Amino acid sequence: MAVEGATFDLRQGEIVGFLGPNGAGKTTTLKMLSGLLFPDSGVGEVLGHVPHKREPAFLKRIALVTGNRNALAWDLPALDSFLLLKALYDIPAADFTRRRDQYIDLLELGELVTKPVRNLSLGERMKVELAGALLHAPEVLFLDEPTLGLDVTMQKRLREFIREYNREYGSTVLLTSHYMADVVALSERVIVIHRGKLHYDGGLAGLTTRFTTFKTITVVGDGLPPDIDAWGEVVERFPDRVTLRVAPDQVGRVAAGLLATATIDDLTIEDPPIEDVIERVFAEAGEET
Amino acid sequence: MSLLRYYVAEARNGLLHEFQYRVTAFIGLIGFLIEPVVYLAVWRSVAIAQGGAVGDYGLSDLTGYYIAWSLVRAMNLALNPYAWEWRIRGGRLNEFLIRPVHPFHRDFAFFAGQKPIWIVMALPLAAIMWLTFRPDLSFSPFGLLAFSIAIWFAFTMRHMVLFLLGSVNFWTTRTSALFELNVALELMLSGRLVPMSLMPEWVQRVSNFLPFRWTFQFPIEAVIGRLDNTQILFGLGVQVAWILGLTLLIRLVWGRAIKRYTAVGG
Repeated sequence: MAVEGATFDLRQGEIVGFLGPNGAGKTTTLKMLSGLLFPDSGVGEVLGHVPHKREPAFLKRIALVTGNRNALAWDLPALDSFLLLKALYDIPAADFTRRRDQYIDLLELGELVTKPVRNLSLGERMKVELAGALLHAPEVLFLDEPTLGLDVTMQKRLREFIREYNREYGSTVLLTSHYMADVVALSERVIVIHRGKLHYDGGLAGLTTRFTTFKTITVVGDGLPPDIDAWGEVVERFPDRVTLRVAPDQVGRVAAGLLATATIDDLTIEDPPIEDVIERVFAEAGEET
Repeated sequence: MSLLRYYVAEARNGLLHEFQYRVTAFIGLIGFLIEPVVYLAVWRSVAIAQGGAVGDYGLSDLTGYYIAWSLVRAMNLALNPYAWEWRIRGGRLNEFLIRPVHPFHRDFAFFAGQKPIWIVMALPLAAIMWLTFRPDLSFSPFGLLAFSIAIWFAFTMRHMVLFLLGSVNFWTTRTSALFELNVALELMLSGRLVPMSLMPEWVQRVSNFLPFRWTFQFPIEAVIGRLDNTQILFGLGVQVAWILGLTLLIRLVWGRAIKRYTAVGG
């Protein structure tokens, strides 16, 4: 069983990051929620529908976009597939034209939609795939590694587009990504699963607070004290700059102490990189399993 | 959703797709048409050696049979069940399952859309065969009308049978032996290899109760004037009965099959 005991609710209009290491059951969950998989047991409900029944009324209100998606006809220009989607989803002509043009504009698709899909690069293909998947304005959008294999510019463009889509249509988005930049840019709430079980469901900031065992303090100045090791674990040392690792509950005391006892030009307090936090979450989840 | 609108749109894509690969389609068609030409050459030789007929088929009948054969063959091409293996093993079925329409309709409409190109390409070749062998045949308006309906029913039936065979991949992907068996049965029992009336009596009786001859020989015989109007109406009725029966079977099998789908990849 790939997913077991993962219970969560999604509120309308929120973007939720769905995290977990490889094999955690993220994609399986998304496929169950979009009706591709028939669960052995358990109940899923999306928009008042049981997904695995795959009722057309349900499928018309959702979309599943995967990083290796290939839903558009390979040999035809995307515009031809868009026309098919218009008929498939019963999209009124005015809505279809408006959305199509809007997505072409937002995603800077330009002439890409007039070339056979097979002639597009991975990033270009992903953009036209995403545009096609959203033509019917799905109320719930399942995104599985949407930026997989894309360069940073393309990733950023897709994130902005997803954010814009969410804002305009008030759709609910459940997003999996191994790029934490996707999650940080889009999600305020994250759900962490490991081996099919839920391990965290809450704010992204709360995730950092709960799973961070240290913060870093970087001090810059000419008169740094020689006994600076006493204030925390030194992780980087230069003549005029030192980075310390300090327990979260000691940050205030250490920062105040350093400012009071040394000549400091600058002092920065930072959480550890989100990737490190997630790594710790996954490690803890693995230990609990 | 208007299913008709969807059908038109999907068929349009099928047509555009085939147009993209028109040279490939044409070469494929020539390959298909070599088959009836070979059969025709062999049976004409046999008929000539036997004084002008094989069984109840004279030279004109044989010629007309294999000319109509080429049109029926072009018409009843459907999705190869091997494609299902690729779809299921590779998770490529996901993109069809996520759509608010049954995958059956997608394939049916897509292939239906390709028919005009196949027919347009098959017609000149059928004309060449006609002009080469000049069969002495006459066509009745009713026979032509029945043919134009029967070839669509035949395509529908064949699509359904292959859809069911493809569905076996949900249980096991080692299905090539089953598909090969189907090809062999179709060759022998559809009238594709040889008109059924030239087969042993018991084979003809068996073929009456299987779908194959109704997807192949029946439309051919309807158009070349070997069936009277009552037989044509009966044949169309049999096709409709098969389509209804296969519809029920597909519903039954699909409902069970889809629960086994693991949606890997994709």
